[in-house]
Amino acid sequence: MTGALAHLPAIQGAPILHAERLGKEFGGVTVLSDVTLDIRPGEIHAIIGENGAGKSTLMRLLSGYLRPSEGGMLMDGEPVAFHTPSDAQAAGIALVHQEILLAEALTVTENIFIGREMTRFGRLDERAMREAAAAQLAEIGCKVSPRALVRDISLANRQLVQIAKALLGTHRVVIFDEPTAVLTHDEVDPLLDIIIKLKQRGVAILYISHRLDEVERLADRVTVLRDGRRVGTYDAEGLTPQRMASLMVGREFSSLYPPKLERVPGEPALEIEHAHVPGFVNDVSFTLRKGEILGLAGMIGAGRTELFEGLLGLRAASFGGVRLHGRPVHFHSPADAARAGLGYLTEDRKGKGLLLGERLAPNLTLAALDRVHPFAGLDLAGEARQLDQAVRHYDIRLRSLDAKAGQLSGGNQQKLLLAKVMLNEPSVLVIDEPTRGIDIANKSQIYAFIQSLVREGRSCIVISSEMQELIGLCDRILVMRSGRINGELTGDAMSESNVALYATSSVASEEISKGNAHG
Amino acid sequence: MADVAAAPPRAQQNWSIGWGDAGPFLALAALVAIGYLVNPDFLSANNIANVVTRSAFIGIIAIGATFVISSGGLDLSVGSMAAFITGVMILFMNTVAPNVGTAAIPLGMAVALVTGIACGLLNGTIVTVGRIEPFIATLGTMGIFRALITYMTDGGTVAIDRSLREAYRPVYFGDVLGVPIPILVSLGVALVAAYVLYRTRYGRRCVAVGANEDVARYSGISVTRVRITAYVIQGACVAIAAICYVPRLGAATPTTGLLWELQVITAVVIGGTALRGGRGRIWGTVAGAVILEFIANLMVLSDVVSEYLVAAVQGVIIIIAMLIQRMSKR
Repeated sequence: MTGALAHLPAIQGAPILHAERLGKEFGGVTVLSDVTLDIRPGEIHAIIGENGAGKSTLMRLLSGYLRPSEGGMLMDGEPVAFHTPSDAQAAGIALVHQEILLAEALTVTENIFIGREMTRFGRLDERAMREAAAAQLAEIGCKVSPRALVRDISLANRQLVQIAKALLGTHRVVIFDEPTAVLTHDEVDPLLDIIIKLKQRGVAILYISHRLDEVERLADRVTVLRDGRRVGTYDAEGLTPQRMASLMVGREFSSLYPPKLERVPGEPALEIEHAHVPGFVNDVSFTLRKGEILGLAGMIGAGRTELFEGLLGLRAASFGGVRLHGRPVHFHSPADAARAGLGYLTEDRKGKGLLLGERLAPNLTLAALDRVHPFAGLDLAGEARQLDQAVRHYDIRLRSLDAKAGQLSGGNQQKLLLAKVMLNEPSVLVIDEPTRGIDIANKSQIYAFIQSLVREGRSCIVISSEMQELIGLCDRILVMRSGRINGELTGDAMSESNVALYATSSVASEEISKGNAHG
Repeated sequence: MADVAAAPPRAQQNWSIGWGDAGPFLALAALVAIGYLVNPDFLSANNIANVVTRSAFIGIIAIGATFVISSGGLDLSVGSMAAFITGVMILFMNTVAPNVGTAAIPLGMAVALVTGIACGLLNGTIVTVGRIEPFIATLGTMGIFRALITYMTDGGTVAIDRSLREAYRPVYFGDVLGVPIPILVSLGVALVAAYVLYRTRYGRRCVAVGANEDVARYSGISVTRVRITAYVIQGACVAIAAICYVPRLGAATPTTGLLWELQVITAVVIGGTALRGGRGRIWGTVAGAVILEFIANLMVLSDVVSEYLVAAVQGVIIIIAMLIQRMSKR
């Protein structure tokens, strides 16, 4: 349904917002130059580009978070300059941030009205704010209570609250900065519907996303950025994701995924029996075979991450049995698991994976200090060699080896994290969301790395909310739902519709088998 | 940007020191210059030696605090702990002195060290195993140690036994080749501490825990062990400081070490250690401790500001230091 609505003819009005040759320098480094762009009422204008292409900078310029070093903006034909985000807001430009920027300890209403509370005779008018918040939430089809604490609501709902907050003032231009990055497949559609509704009301929408399939469904026009410059603006009609990827990268793209290897299933590498993680995982058993890439699909909250956090001793859990290469094991900590040969790459590379303020070398060796530094004193030369090797092997792109981890792009951070975990030479690797928020070129490289690890005889579990990724990469997919394994897919049965069915429906397995029996 | 060099640029061996790191030393140099202008006596070898010697206690304790703070903790109990350790040490020495004579002194030092380590272990365990905010946990032990020393001294003074006083004197008042012993001790402590923090696996883990506990945990680091160790290092440093301090005081009283925690934290923060954890600067801390003592000394020498306002000036300095840290982040 969304697909059909998305291509309503755009209203051919004069542009609301026109950016003329915008450019931005940071300390002599040009991150954006000569970008001209217009946004018309009632159109969805997508901005795509790899990480570092300048999308975020452009958004920040348009919404008053940064001031351009070159060029300028026109609104309704009049020159405008925004000194602060509130200037832009007052002019009717709303930005929906990529990250969830809400105060968890406050209620939904308090968050929506933070900084612009309604008062009555100098007293907070709680009731008016609650009613306005409720109306705003209803408008976008969000069912959370205005009184709920943000910390108690789901990630998808937090995103909606954030949108409600952005839409509270006048909004003639709404900028969505990767709004679906944190959402699972099923949470995406309602959000896209909201965006389409806004468009139909004549709002001009700027839409930034890494998910090219979404761009294809939504956008009327697409502007491609590469290396801080505008490659071009295209009509979305007939622009395939493949073509968009090629434009973004500047070369032709055949396939994101490495060709699957022909392989015979090896002996069991990791056997998990009757795993229970209170509140998250309920009696899960499965076996990973040697040389296999096993996908773990499911929605956020299905218990996938928690299962492995339980396995690593990071949260309370009980197991009927865990065997690594046939040997019974029990891990009290990630260190135990690493020693036994199990590596885990967290889904939260910024919060749990890397020390963003540290240089690369300490980050690389943090999980393998005893291995890299055999004595209590540090072997800095050895560490430098390790970093050199990692940078070469994983193709980590950086300005200098003195860079801090936080200065790397998302994709390079992910490669560093992979290198870090691989320093312990795990025989079984669990990768949680291997490519979240990273660009296509890096994605493709990471898929190739995963496959080469498996070719070396390691075994790999990939947890992902991106179904295409699992289908493209894995030999077998287990779908989790509400803490249980709800289905197993192999070969041609690995399709998006089957994964989605198992991920959302408890009766799915019976229906599919029934359907097969009758058909 | 995507095409930055396939062969990465070589890191210059990382000895270059940023402005942020140089800050405390520049401030120290500026202070010395000002001091000389205000009163040329300030730069006399005698005065400098005096001031630096006096800064040694705060310096040694602050070196320990650098570990605690860079691991993301805080220890408010150091002043009370110093008083408590001093009391325990003096009581012990006085008790055994009649039997063992001056051998009571090394024995007393050992007892002090063990007491300090035990105190640190207590703090660390409450914070980690008990999962209590360091601020509250050490506020609690601060009260406990203070009450214990008051109780031990019966509200008065416990003086070191006359027979030991002369023998112990050199530990504070003595020198080697003209350098006062407390300065040598604090230099030694700083050298060891800098090695541990910058050049050992423990140092890496300590800073990692302070920078991001989750990252440390997921990297297989035992956060509990790292934290407790930091408090134990702190306890040992307090003990070393107390050992040096006993001859100067000659007694333990309920007011020994009062408000030292303020000076210690100030020294650490002036030195460039991040109060939130994740970055420790041993030599900065040492400079910070010297700066504090220089300022106090300057106020005494200059007569411009009453020396009763020393603590106020130190309070202002910690706020300024935090502001500078904040601004250099931008």
